[in-house]
Amino acid sequence: MTTRIFGSGIRRREDPRLITGQATYTDDIKLTGMAHAAILRSPHAHAKIISVDVAAAKGAPGVLGVYTGADTDGVLNPIPCAWLVPDSDVKAVPYPAMAKDVVRYVGDAVAVVVAETRAQAEDALEAINVDYETMSATVNPELATQDGVAQLHEDAPNNQAFHWVVAGGDADAAFESAEVVVKDTIIQQRLIPNAMEPRSAVASYSSAMGELTLWSTTQNPHICRFLCSLVTGLPEHKIRVIAPEVGGGFGSKIAMYPWEMLAVYCSMQLGRPVKWTETRSENFQSTTHGRDHIQHVEMAATREGKITGLRAVVYANMGAYLSTASTGIPTILHGLMYSGPYDIPNIKGDVYGVFTNTTPVEAYRGAGRPEATFLLERLVTLLADELGEDPVEIRRRNLIPKFDDGHDVVTGLTYDSGDYEGILDVALAHVDYQKLKEEQAHQREHGVYMGIAVSCYCEICGLGPSQVAGAVGFGGGLWESAIVRFHPTGKVNVFVGTSPHGQGEETTFAQILSDELGVPVDDVDIVHGDTANTPMGWGTYGSRTTVVGGAAVALSARKIKDKARALAAHLLEAAEEDIAYEDGKFFVRGSPDQNKTIQDIALMANVAWNMPEGMEPGLEATTFYDPPNFSYPFGAHVAVVTVDPDNGYVQLQRYVAADDCGPQINPVVVAGQVHGGVVQGAGQALWEGAVYDDNGQLLTGSLMDYALPKAHLVPDIEILSTVTPSPHNPIGVKGIGETGAIASTVTIYNAVLDALKPLGVTKLDMPLTPEKVWRAIHQQA
Amino acid sequence: MNIPIKLTVNGRTHESDVEPRTLLVQYLREELGLTGTKVGCDTSQCGACVVMMNGSTVKSCTCLAVQADGADITTIEGLAEQGNLHAVQEAFWDKHGLQCGFCTAGMIMTVVEMLERNPHPTAVEVRDGLEGNLCRCTGYHNIVRAALAAAEAAGG
Repeated sequence: MTTRIFGSGIRRREDPRLITGQATYTDDIKLTGMAHAAILRSPHAHAKIISVDVAAAKGAPGVLGVYTGADTDGVLNPIPCAWLVPDSDVKAVPYPAMAKDVVRYVGDAVAVVVAETRAQAEDALEAINVDYETMSATVNPELATQDGVAQLHEDAPNNQAFHWVVAGGDADAAFESAEVVVKDTIIQQRLIPNAMEPRSAVASYSSAMGELTLWSTTQNPHICRFLCSLVTGLPEHKIRVIAPEVGGGFGSKIAMYPWEMLAVYCSMQLGRPVKWTETRSENFQSTTHGRDHIQHVEMAATREGKITGLRAVVYANMGAYLSTASTGIPTILHGLMYSGPYDIPNIKGDVYGVFTNTTPVEAYRGAGRPEATFLLERLVTLLADELGEDPVEIRRRNLIPKFDDGHDVVTGLTYDSGDYEGILDVALAHVDYQKLKEEQAHQREHGVYMGIAVSCYCEICGLGPSQVAGAVGFGGGLWESAIVRFHPTGKVNVFVGTSPHGQGEETTFAQILSDELGVPVDDVDIVHGDTANTPMGWGTYGSRTTVVGGAAVALSARKIKDKARALAAHLLEAAEEDIAYEDGKFFVRGSPDQNKTIQDIALMANVAWNMPEGMEPGLEATTFYDPPNFSYPFGAHVAVVTVDPDNGYVQLQRYVAADDCGPQINPVVVAGQVHGGVVQGAGQALWEGAVYDDNGQLLTGSLMDYALPKAHLVPDIEILSTVTPSPHNPIGVKGIGETGAIASTVTIYNAVLDALKPLGVTKLDMPLTPEKVWRAIHQQA
Repeated sequence: MNIPIKLTVNGRTHESDVEPRTLLVQYLREELGLTGTKVGCDTSQCGACVVMMNGSTVKSCTCLAVQADGADITTIEGLAEQGNLHAVQEAFWDKHGLQCGFCTAGMIMTVVEMLERNPHPTAVEVRDGLEGNLCRCTGYHNIVRAALAAAEAAGG
């Protein structure tokens, strides 16, 4: 028996082109006659545009065209918000491709120049003269709701973009009768995703054919085409969107951006292909940001440490406009997860989405769930402190007991399966928790400030049933598709609607197919990212690609197997029920020598010389898979830190991630996802944070001012897992792309606060930079 | 006014007239079509543009093309010899040292030079040596493993 390919840590099949420099990313594309666009962006957070003088720019060397908001107004439709969460009074204010009368954040587009070279386009930007009348700005999402501050949009009084409520049980009653209440105000600081590849677009419009080809750094080419059609008015079937190699996204490449549409507009105006690629500093201003909540949260409990209620009032900063999926993030993907892995009978959350004079906020790895996990894990830790109990023990007392097929929580969700205490035990055994506590006590005696934290989490991903998507106001479906096509030689192409950009599905999808049908994995190639040759699909985000898209691959493979079995029966002159299958061979039960390989079947199906009555030629199957429920991965993470009181420096000594994402198709790829997620989460805890001043100037506007995690700052990540299959998924998988970032921020935060406990520091806002930690220590002293 | 330069890239000699402000990375990508070298930032932080110049790594976004006049440059495209992957490329593949691939060329070039200077690095030395390169996908864990594996494969 050969080793099963499903579960094998084989090398990634996409890597050869990536390690040799042969991969093609959007900015690598060079078309005949291609011109280059550069965008003039507002230096003011809030201002009226009095005039824009482009005469000098139009005459600058190499310039082909200069366009302003007055040109695109009425030609390009507003950028749509695609998630209108119901019962929350969403103000879907107009989001123009270019500002015409008012700029609302630093980075808002005012003009676009197209020139023969990028340098000429950038030179010409400097020749544009814009006369602004500045207005007061507002940046803090809680202050922005008060009277007397700057108003961004006429239709959104008090800058309120929406107000959404989640309620289950009777939270107010639970707090009235609570024996213990703990409270906190948590600043979930704004983050800048910083995918290493800046965003880019190449638009090529053929006026003769009325056809547009758009290469774009997108996580979801089919959604991009759909929305591009709405913005430009071009018919959807005349638009081809290609996501070539895409260099990371983390949520920042989901949205429909104005800038891609400006490239399209310029190409249509000039009849030439136009490329636009942002600089990194431009990325800081104009590519979507993440997180940015102010959360007032409290937890009610008994003296025995049983949680009885949770209340949250959250101000979620949406930025100046509602980006494509932005409204669903602090609501559906956040508030519905307030129970986490715990049994909490009474929950109430009020989420206010707020407009401010800042870059629009969108999904960022974890999208809503890190913000929910943080507040829960912080409150549980505070509860343990209040009761003088071990924080692990309090968690254990409240975890939902093991379940295999469905558990309802009061926020209205039904979790699929979970063994929260099981994975907690795995993590604690690995670190020898008691011994670790003893070491901590010993270290403290010697003046070393060591901190330990353990977190439990459960998250929602595998988005999701389309019916639910519709019910919660998402403007699209959430199913996925796969076409499996056998060629005459038995080689296979799988065409998928998802669009991986680093997650490795060219490998893991081939493993699924190979496992289902016994085809060598090297005989399978996955085709994705091009709307011209892939079936409709909703893209890669929310840890859904393998959960939903991988399931579609498996189901198509099973349809192939059914047809192959029938054809094998015909060729072997046996009854179909007498045909057995093993390792890629169909044979007459009891006579394994009488067999047809899947390759034999593929050849016969393609030449069709001898088919059963009524069977169509070809060996191809299509599946549109709409999952019956979301998936709910879970885990337990442990962080160990030391804090140097002399300089406030936090050293992350150990990080242990125990995660359960169901069966692992490729454990090496799974571990890689966790490594990356954990370090991104560590970035939020320790180093990263976007800072605006009161005038709306982005002070952290480049990689010199915004600190991404570096190799020497982080330890090896220790990876553990358990396997609890999702009962509703055809291959049992749950998703792993975001778990690291969902759990690690609060785990590291709690560990640092644990280390600081003997020094009297009980509260700090992230990121926990050395300066901030040092100041806190010295303020106590 | 353009300036003539002559340099060797991946073993081939090129003569060009370039604008004085042209960055080496722009010259490599746009003039020579060697797009394996990436531009990830505009402040010399990310390291996606690292190439080898006269045996040392440079960030090619921080070097003018005219400064490379007379130089011998190796980019990611020139690392594999006669179709055989360099040991560092092989190790990145083996150890899952890349995900989206955008930082990879710079990472590989940096590790190649690191191992030439220090064939037996510790994990800490590898991490310190990657200080000028950013990766957002891997958390660096498998990049470190790849560097150590490449050192070991070379007899380190």
